[in-house]
Amino acid sequence: MIINHPLLGPRDAAEFVYLGDACLIDRPDWQAEDAMERFHDYGYLRDNPAGEHRELWYHEQGDRSWLVVTRNTLTHEITHVELARDVARERGRDK
Amino acid sequence: MTQPNRIGGGLIDRSKEIKFRFNDKHLKGFEGDTLASALLANGQRLVGRSFKYHRPRGIFTAGSEEPNALVQLRTGAHQEPNTRATMVELFDGLRATSQNHRGSLENDLMAVTDWLSPFLSAGFYYKTFMWPKAFWEKFYEPAIRSSAGLGRLSMKEDPDIYDKGFLHCDLLVIGAGPAGLAAALAAGRTGARVILADEDFQPGGRLTAETLEVDGMAGADWAAQAMAELAAMDNVRVMIRTTVYGAYDHGIYGALERCTDHLADSGGKPRQILWRIYSRRAVLAAGSTERPIAFGNNDRPGVMLAGAVRTYVNRFGVAPGREVAVFTNNDDGWRTAADLTEKGVHVRAVIDCRDRAAPVQLPDVRHIRGASVVDTVGRKGLKSITLTDGQVLPVDCLAVSGGWNPAVHLTCHQRGRPEWRDDINAFVPAGSLPVGMAVAGAANGSMTLAAALAEGRAQAEAQISDLGFTPVQAEAPNAEDEPHEGVAFWYVKESRKRAWLDQQNDVTVKDVKLSHREGYRSVELLKRYTTLGMATDQGKTANIPALAIMAECTGKSIPETGTTIFRPPYTPVPMGALAGRSRGKDFRPYRLTPSHKWAEEHGASFVNVGNWLRAEWYVQGDEKGWRDSVDREAKTTREKVGICDVTTLGKIDIKGRDAGAFLDKVYSNTFSTLKVGKVRYGLMLREDGICYDDGTTARLGENHYVMTTTTANAVLVFRRMEFARQCLWPNMDVHMISTTDGWAQFAVAGPKSRDLLRKVVDKEFDLSNEAFPFMGCGEITVCGGTPARLFRISFSGELAYEIAVPARYGNSMMGVLMEAGKEFGAAPYGTEALGVMRIEKGHATGNELNGQTTAYNIGLGKMVSQKKECIGNVLSQRPEMIREDAVRLMGFRPVDRSKKLIAGSHFINKGEDAVMENDQGWMTSVAFSPNLGHSIGLGFVKRGHERKGEIIRAVSPVHGTEMEVEIVSAHFVDPEGERLRG
Repeated sequence: MIINHPLLGPRDAAEFVYLGDACLIDRPDWQAEDAMERFHDYGYLRDNPAGEHRELWYHEQGDRSWLVVTRNTLTHEITHVELARDVARERGRDK
Repeated sequence: MTQPNRIGGGLIDRSKEIKFRFNDKHLKGFEGDTLASALLANGQRLVGRSFKYHRPRGIFTAGSEEPNALVQLRTGAHQEPNTRATMVELFDGLRATSQNHRGSLENDLMAVTDWLSPFLSAGFYYKTFMWPKAFWEKFYEPAIRSSAGLGRLSMKEDPDIYDKGFLHCDLLVIGAGPAGLAAALAAGRTGARVILADEDFQPGGRLTAETLEVDGMAGADWAAQAMAELAAMDNVRVMIRTTVYGAYDHGIYGALERCTDHLADSGGKPRQILWRIYSRRAVLAAGSTERPIAFGNNDRPGVMLAGAVRTYVNRFGVAPGREVAVFTNNDDGWRTAADLTEKGVHVRAVIDCRDRAAPVQLPDVRHIRGASVVDTVGRKGLKSITLTDGQVLPVDCLAVSGGWNPAVHLTCHQRGRPEWRDDINAFVPAGSLPVGMAVAGAANGSMTLAAALAEGRAQAEAQISDLGFTPVQAEAPNAEDEPHEGVAFWYVKESRKRAWLDQQNDVTVKDVKLSHREGYRSVELLKRYTTLGMATDQGKTANIPALAIMAECTGKSIPETGTTIFRPPYTPVPMGALAGRSRGKDFRPYRLTPSHKWAEEHGASFVNVGNWLRAEWYVQGDEKGWRDSVDREAKTTREKVGICDVTTLGKIDIKGRDAGAFLDKVYSNTFSTLKVGKVRYGLMLREDGICYDDGTTARLGENHYVMTTTTANAVLVFRRMEFARQCLWPNMDVHMISTTDGWAQFAVAGPKSRDLLRKVVDKEFDLSNEAFPFMGCGEITVCGGTPARLFRISFSGELAYEIAVPARYGNSMMGVLMEAGKEFGAAPYGTEALGVMRIEKGHATGNELNGQTTAYNIGLGKMVSQKKECIGNVLSQRPEMIREDAVRLMGFRPVDRSKKLIAGSHFINKGEDAVMENDQGWMTSVAFSPNLGHSIGLGFVKRGHERKGEIIRAVSPVHGTEMEVEIVSAHFVDPEGERLRG
């Protein structure tokens, strides 16, 4: 596969390390009332869609950017690639 | 007489004679021959034995689809089994031997299996070797193993080298037949970067094998002219002897180039190159494969595909027989008859299963309408054929044409599902093709020459226009649309004898029908039940006829019955090519520590630790075994001073205004409160609360920390910290870089370590216990100004330091330290002594932090702060993970001190059965302690901290051992820590 890195352009997937669902960015609040339950779900529960999937890739053999890649799990078509840091900020992890 | 079957013409160079051997025969051929064409030229029709029935077999095709003519090539370590004679380019001195027979090829002792064939039908193994059960291991399996497999490996290391490479192009053209050449020309003329790949050594595809003309010249001449034009273009790379074997995601293709297989000696060059081709677009012009018709005894040497017969005649100047008959269900078979007649090869008859007029007028050839071949005679070479009306024709070659299958393989490598076309009775590419792929020519079902040329060009122009290139006006090559009509006729029903479908796996029409009767009706099950379409040829000639017969059995249409979906590779790829240079020592990258050279010069033995090669011990004097060295090193360190290269530990340099706050997030304990000039031990958890990694982190400045990780987790911890920095806390001002390779670091441990370092560290730095206490750190200089970092930390439990210098000084630093240590009796120590001393001190490493244990288990529960946000602290408090009766890390010593503890032993209370229900924990690490004089161990045992002094049993069912051990503190040496603070 080829991942179109937002800063570096098209790169072979072999340069990257795969982590999983981009929902890992949404780490629960540790002080929440139900923190234990939320962290359990965060740690163990994942959707496994046949189709579009937003997932985390790490450019380990490159610039060390974590990316959020939108990939169709059926066709491997990649429709969108973003810097995970930008996504994290958008999702309110910027306090 | 040499080459009795050689006739005129062909693309061979008769001025270059080539000598070769087949079994014991010394034969001759010409440059441009394949092994198959040369064997046929020499009248060698019998070339091998079939897999299951050991039937005599000959050459069936002229290409990579060959099911029969598998030979063993070369000798000694270069020996290679299962090469297709049809793909082997002849070279001087080539040696080939036939496969799969006991005794000679002509008199194979295993041919008895052919007589037993009534008992060996499909599913024989599944049905037969079920009982008696005891027979399996002793009798059946050895018997099956000895007769299984084709060919023999040399069992020696492959002496050739293999390479890997990467290529990029705008358009990849797969196949250099008429469609591929037209595509490459159209794209090449626009200036686009083009790669044209063909598996043959002679480009041109069918143009080299047929007599059809292009632009008024012989097809082969037109192909040569096209190749010359392409060769003159800088933007075009032509790769012959290169098979594109797989279509992968996003326009990436795998290709195998056979660089020196056609030479007697590789001359030190890579034998094959595995290419990864990045294409923006691709045109698949892989052509088509002829399929046979099944009839009784259709596997005899001399029965060949009609297209192959004319290939041997036209391209190689070889007549596969002197008296030839053609059996066809389509117009194309007639062209074989025409070409042979033209070349003076006698065609006795064309047997056309269709009852209709001949599409081609051949006055001297008998046309037998509406008839079929039902049987053949000639065990080791065809002698005659019998027709449905009973007449017998004496022939030595039968050319069979059952129609053509587009080579759709690469279109299926992702989600393509071929679609049936009734008008050509074949599957054509359909569904979603690999991204960027277009198909042209016969591969796309455009079966005539004119259509192939036109479509190749049109597809290439469409692809290249999409990329912004402008097609160049040029006249279209002129060629004819030759007749190619045919009917769906798969096998001769009147045949009573066994009719072969898959010759490589000996699958007959009867086997397919049996599979249907026994319920294995889907294509995938048919394949697995009968072995149809397996092995080197993957059923390229067999699958469709078998599918058609299954369709007939089920009363469904062929498209309803389905088709097998092809996976890579198109043809076999040698393991050597897949491995490339990654073999032996270079199987994976290895890393050397900065003092590697010094260690080599001083008797070190090395061990793989991750990718690193580390010194495990240093042999000195007359030390006999590793224990002598390790005991000495551990004792010397505790009594005097020892030096160990610890560079392999991960080092991460962390800077930024939020560096301390960030470390509080990734470590379970707190680092923002650490004073500048101090070091602290840190424990990291996984998000699920399990221990992940540990190490020390030093604060060198207000906003500057240096972290160490374990060797094994250096990469992973850094990756995880980047995740935390970018994805979890993206606004923190933190910057990190891995400096594992940047600094050479040495542990200097033992009571004399301070004295030693005073001789090396520049005088202005005060190393006294007051000025540089335990857990102190600082940036210093050594040897008169060389920058260095000093940390007063101790893994051994002794008064100890770790000193780091820029990696390029590492090797000399080791020498300097040892020289300075001479007067104190210093010794270098390796990973084994390091391990012994950390067990003596009760430090946890990978054996204890094994991905299953919690901070509570290792006795560090208090380090997991609940007053701050950090990775893992929430889930670490799950009730199951902090239950009071959980196992705790403890020390163990044998009650009988002479006994040797065994790691992995499980603890069982005295008087209880050694079963899982009574399990109390397990031993994680053991060592012989030279300082205590007996075996010691670390391990986890339930409520261990409350059970000091208790005697418990250590049981190892694996070793069949059991011994009594005493639960003690994990700190065998200096439990109060007086030495390291001294």
